[in-house]
Amino acid sequence: MTSLTLTELAWTPPGHDHCVHRFQLRDASLLVGAGEFVGLIGPNGSGKTSLLRCAYRFSKPEHGDVQLEHQNVWKQSAKWCAQRIAVVLQEFPDAFGLRVDEVVAMGRTPHKGLFDNDTLHDQQLVRSALASVGMQDFEDHAFATLSGGEKQRVILARALAQQPQLLILDEPTNHLDPRYQLELLRLVKRLNIATLASIHDLNLAAAFCDRLYVINHGRIVASGTPHEVLTVALLRDVFAVEALIDTHPLSGYPRITWITQP
Amino acid sequence: MINRRYALLLCALGALLLVSCVISLGFGSARVPVDVVWRILLNKAFGFGEVNWSTGQEHIVWLIRVPRMLLGALVGAGLALIGAVLQAVTRNPLADPHLLGVTSGATLGAVIVVLHVGEVIGLLTLPIAAFIGAMLSMLVVLAVASRNGRLESDRLLLCGVAVSFVMMAAANLLLFLGDHRAASAVMFWMLGGLGLARWELLAIPAATVLLGLLLLLGMARPLNALMAGEQTAVTLGLNARNVRLKVFLIASLMTGVLVSISGSIGFVGLMVPHIARRLVGAEHRRLLPVCVLLGSVFLVWVDVAARTLIAPEDLPIGVATAAIGGLFFIGLMRKR
Repeated sequence: MTSLTLTELAWTPPGHDHCVHRFQLRDASLLVGAGEFVGLIGPNGSGKTSLLRCAYRFSKPEHGDVQLEHQNVWKQSAKWCAQRIAVVLQEFPDAFGLRVDEVVAMGRTPHKGLFDNDTLHDQQLVRSALASVGMQDFEDHAFATLSGGEKQRVILARALAQQPQLLILDEPTNHLDPRYQLELLRLVKRLNIATLASIHDLNLAAAFCDRLYVINHGRIVASGTPHEVLTVALLRDVFAVEALIDTHPLSGYPRITWITQP
Repeated sequence: MINRRYALLLCALGALLLVSCVISLGFGSARVPVDVVWRILLNKAFGFGEVNWSTGQEHIVWLIRVPRMLLGALVGAGLALIGAVLQAVTRNPLADPHLLGVTSGATLGAVIVVLHVGEVIGLLTLPIAAFIGAMLSMLVVLAVASRNGRLESDRLLLCGVAVSFVMMAAANLLLFLGDHRAASAVMFWMLGGLGLARWELLAIPAATVLLGLLLLLGMARPLNALMAGEQTAVTLGLNARNVRLKVFLIASLMTGVLVSISGSIGFVGLMVPHIARRLVGAEHRRLLPVCVLLGSVFLVWVDVAARTLIAPEDLPIGVATAAIGGLFFIGLMRKR
């Protein structure tokens, strides 16, 4: 059973004043099956974030189709999508100071009407989401006082409180030290929720993803298992780097060693 | 525990507001002892107690000071509420009810009518002209700020500021060229004052503030989400543009009504939300009621200062809020 299907997406950044990304998405197709951990890799500015934005119904593609559970997301409301897709973004702007439990409780927003109050069930969900990311003792701390790794875990807890069927993560391991990178990805993997994540660190992508998509200049240029995708030729063509690829001695997934001498 | 503390705080602030309201009635160019104030209130509200005060005192307390105190509480509550939600939707801690162009639109409306039309419908001419000006200015800001069906917070703020400047330039030009006696009437209104308060005038601001509070409390969750940013709001199932538009409309209508009656009272809308956030945090279901109570208490007392400091003259309350508020804020920043 597939959870998310992107078919031949095309999308252009609006206007010329947003000149940071002057690329376009073209013919991008992608599948995420139920319970599958799918990674999206590609160089800077290749269109990873744009593709994800199309997937979580933030950017509307000019062409092509985004389907969740065989429903076109643009025929459904933003609320319908938010009840099914939870997103962990790269940044969390926090200008005014919310408490950790208030940030996590935001995840209940799509399940609530205008004057609905938090029920006991909501409070339990918030608490168990915090517990599953190991942040249960930080409930009443100010979000702004947390470290980068703790913030990222709280945002993941918010996504869990949303009770999604699909998780979308935009570079979830950025700003984390190795321990938290591994912990976060292990945690996401253990959840067994269908996941689409853009990942910068190719060794992490190889270690955790069931399948990988490679995006370059707005096009999907390769897809498959980490063994199929991560080849010396692909790294040279797409990332313009030389590397050795062998097998991780303990776990059996591909291991990339960069060749740093010219 | 957190909720019990919050409930206690609300009760304390509510009690403080009630006590402030009663005590404030004693102050003014003619002092009335608090026990007399209290007996006049009981007599008027419930009809019991012996009448042992002068008609003058009764007149001052019941017909002048009570409506004025109520208007002050309403304006303070309204401005604090508007400031809090505008700061959230624009994610700008300096957002303020007067930044959106509404107040300068109101000023221009007032100037045009006072200088060139005259008081065609009596005392209410100026407030009505101001309100019309406020609404026109709101529409201009909206028209300029929205682009391709989007309504971005930065654009909204910048358009508000730009439209404000143009409107103020026009108003100042008219004032400069116009008759100086009429100009000073407008100037006095611009500096803010609760002198227009009459019992029969209170219904409109009361309904406005109450309705605004209810609507905004209903939008507390979307407000929380917007505070986290546009993308986060969308991933939580909100239409960021709609929420922003609704908040902008509610805020502008409320500001329009309040400014038309009481002039431009600065600093309440900017400062009270920050103090309230220090007390209860930024979560809007908790924040908004506290803003309302704090705003009311603050303005009731500032009005006491305004009518006693240079008695028998009224100090324009906008001057008093700015001076007291600014100093208080500086103190708060230094302590931090």
